Amino acid sequence: MVAAVEGLSGARFEMPLEQGKLLEFIESLHGETRLWSHSSAHIAPTFLTSAFFWEARTESADVKRNVAFDPARSVHAEQIFTYHGPPPKVGEKLAGQSRVERIYEKTNRQGKVLTFVDVVTDFHDDFGVLRASATMRAIEFPEETS
Amino acid sequence: MNVWQLKVGDSLPDSFCLGPISRSDIVRYQGASGDFQPVHHDEEFARKAGYKAPLVVGMYPAGAISLWAAELFGPESVRQTAFRFSAMVWPGDTLKSEGQLASRDGAKREIGLRLTNQQGECVLTCRMTFEREA
Repeated sequence: MVAAVEGLSGARFEMPLEQGKLLEFIESLHGETRLWSHSSAHIAPTFLTSAFFWEARTESADVKRNVAFDPARSVHAEQIFTYHGPPPKVGEKLAGQSRVERIYEKTNRQGKVLTFVDVVTDFHDDFGVLRASATMRAIEFPEETS
Repeated sequence: MNVWQLKVGDSLPDSFCLGPISRSDIVRYQGASGDFQPVHHDEEFARKAGYKAPLVVGMYPAGAISLWAAELFGPESVRQTAFRFSAMVWPGDTLKSEGQLASRDGAKREIGLRLTNQQGECVLTCRMTFEREA
């Protein structure tokens, strides 16, 4: 039951911000590497999406797995990255924690009920300061009835 | 041109272009981001899910356009990046952007970006806010 996981929090996971990983990410996006290749570079706007790697290494960290959306009927609809100050820099280490913020339904113009889920991941630094938040919104479309 | 001097409604001085997007681009991004969803690289999986081919990861063009904008304003000034995905992107697509300054308030700037494919269909919209340190 999808709604049953609303409010669920995952385990905290560590995410070291590595220079090589950032450069690999920048190059995959065809960025100007000279802007990002120094040892105190800020991370790219969407770099925190690579938290996938670190979440996967920590048991019970990835709460998205608990949202039983059918991949054939669901899409990634929106994504927001918020930095609560200048973006963190290479060499810092963040602690991330994800939660299923909200699950809700909306009816579209065709009268079909769509299910939305918002998963929020907060990233704190070594001093406990909230540095960034990422919000992922996915939509599951209803099954087609014949 | 200094983008911090733009007025509300002004177009950004350059436009962003991505593509034609290859399957290698997709695989490279997936490897770098850690998003290994098979629907983006596995032909059989994608077809069983009802798609004509593996579709492009939405965060690939989203990441590229926001990186381009961060390079215009300065990586240290990025405060928020918000995307809304509005259409599928397929291998072979070429995407182009248009963007304007949406608001300015002291040291803060907000831009709106729109990314369209070769048919003129909007595939994503993006709003980014920047703040210059005093």
